[in-house]
Amino acid sequence: MDRVELQQPERTAAQSRRVAGRARYLGWLALSVLALVLTAGLAVTIGPADVSLTDVAASLAGHLGLPGAAGVAPLTDSIVWQLRLPRVLTAAAVGAGLALCGAVMQSVTRNPLADPYLLGLSSGASLGAVCVIVLGVAVALPAAAFLGALAALVATLSIARVGNTITPGRAVLSGLAIAQLGAAGTSFIIFWAAKGDSYREILNWLLGSLAGSSWSSVVISGTALVVVGAGIVLSATRLDAFTFGDTAAASLGINVNGTRWILLGAVALLTGAMVAVSGAIGFVGLILPHLVRGLSGPGHRRLLPLTVVLGALFLIVADTVARTVFDPRELPVGIITALIGVPVFIVLIKSRKAAAWS
Amino acid sequence: MVVILDRVSFQVDGTPILTDVSAVVPTGAVTGLLGPNGAGKSTLLRLIAGLEAPDAGGVELDGARSGRGSGLSRRETARRVALLEQNAAPSVDLTVREVVLLGRIPHRSRVLGSFGGDDDHRVAEESLAVVGGSDLADRAWHTLSGGEQQRAQIARALAQRPSLLLLDEPNNHLDVSAQIGLLGQVRGLCAGAAGTGLTAIMALHDLNLAAAFCDQILLLHHGRLVAAGTPEAVLRPATIAEVYGVDCDVIPHPRGGHPVIVFAPSSTILAFPPPREPEVTQHGRAHR
Repeated sequence: MDRVELQQPERTAAQSRRVAGRARYLGWLALSVLALVLTAGLAVTIGPADVSLTDVAASLAGHLGLPGAAGVAPLTDSIVWQLRLPRVLTAAAVGAGLALCGAVMQSVTRNPLADPYLLGLSSGASLGAVCVIVLGVAVALPAAAFLGALAALVATLSIARVGNTITPGRAVLSGLAIAQLGAAGTSFIIFWAAKGDSYREILNWLLGSLAGSSWSSVVISGTALVVVGAGIVLSATRLDAFTFGDTAAASLGINVNGTRWILLGAVALLTGAMVAVSGAIGFVGLILPHLVRGLSGPGHRRLLPLTVVLGALFLIVADTVARTVFDPRELPVGIITALIGVPVFIVLIKSRKAAAWS
Repeated sequence: MVVILDRVSFQVDGTPILTDVSAVVPTGAVTGLLGPNGAGKSTLLRLIAGLEAPDAGGVELDGARSGRGSGLSRRETARRVALLEQNAAPSVDLTVREVVLLGRIPHRSRVLGSFGGDDDHRVAEESLAVVGGSDLADRAWHTLSGGEQQRAQIARALAQRPSLLLLDEPNNHLDVSAQIGLLGQVRGLCAGAAGTGLTAIMALHDLNLAAAFCDQILLLHHGRLVAAGTPEAVLRPATIAEVYGVDCDVIPHPRGGHPVIVFAPSSTILAFPPPREPEVTQHGRAHR
């Protein structure tokens, strides 16, 4: 009888490293999703009124028509469902959206410092939103914020452009100018229309706050995230093509200018929706993609989904800290994100590749 | 792939960069594109790659017009033509595998291409193996030597499965052994046992390497084709003096027989007239 040799499919060392790399990535992604769900649940329990995880689960079950809804006090239920849950979900959507915006901007502008806040988009969106609120113009708030973000983006890139090139350093400098202008305009308009606590309102728009979150904020930010975010995640390959610059992207069959402007338009849209519900929250878009690249590598197919999940997680944590450290007063969440973001920013500009940016 | 340049002209802001360039590059040939800085070499490569459209004349790739707005689409061109730029560097630190996988982009579906399959990995691994770079797959780009980076770039180009390979001064910043290794690799891909039908056009500065590794030479000067043919036919002392303004002798290689350019001893250089028309460098700037 012949001996049958069972031939194992041969794998080269490189192939097994690739498989191991994929398993490691999927592990991180699963872990991050789990952490996000747990953190969101915990964040709902934290606050002046005592709420347990069981209450949260029961309240959710009640509103979603699932079994196990019994035994929640009506007051607890409305704290969970009307106040804290919309706020946590808005924080998640805004964090995810801003982090995604940062990842896309860093890739299509090949600028490691690109971020909706640093390049002035967030201030532009704030200005647009405030104009609508205060001047009573009949335009939907997110649409006005989108137009503001788009105008700021075009202004920043036009100022930064010399000849046919935009260096990362010039982009940040002109972004600074546009951000200042947007912030000044926002403050001026709120002051001018002065009704009520204008300082508080200015702070909320310029440093960001999720205090006013409601289910309509969840719908606005969530819809923008799902619709625009899906389009961006499907563009991962096109984003990869930009890694070696415009000529390389074009020689790979990419319509460079068209793709860049569509993606930047998507970023402006997403930024507009996020700023409309939360004001201008800084540094989320800057730091998250850099931290995530350490886990996922720079390929966008892996980078973008993990950036979304960890961006959501990050802003939930930052917002929970912002509303609890000085309880019952609230810090604008942008103060917390700046405390974390600025050191990362400093590390980035001091890093060994910084010389190549100027 | 047969490349036909038919009276190609190209201008930037009214400054002519290329004027009436006509040439034929046969399948499997290694063609050297020579000329001083600013002669129009990079621009001609961009036109052949379809990244720019000529103002007059046309480029034909296997009978199909290339260039914007006519004939082949960008993606179709990218499946036929791979371009290696000068001094390309990634904005983030990719691994070699990720760099090579970029070459699969023109072959992916437009909508769901972001979920590229295992076939891409197989092609990428094969391409790396062809350039002897399988062991580089998981190395980060910034840890590679200049020669290894160029090998990774060639593997990326091969992953596009092109029939035409365009190289823009691939020897920049490489040491002598890496230069010779690289050009030998290009030769092997074109004429080699692989029989891929690959055709190569490369812009070069080193006349001797061009003479040693190219089947034919196209010599550009101020955007015009001043000579075309075998290295022996093009690289003559009079032509080199005319184009580069350098005094030299051309002798047959003692072992290979191909022309070797030896430049005049330093004592005689001063007697030689300097190159005319100083606006040469302006052309160079205009197309970057």
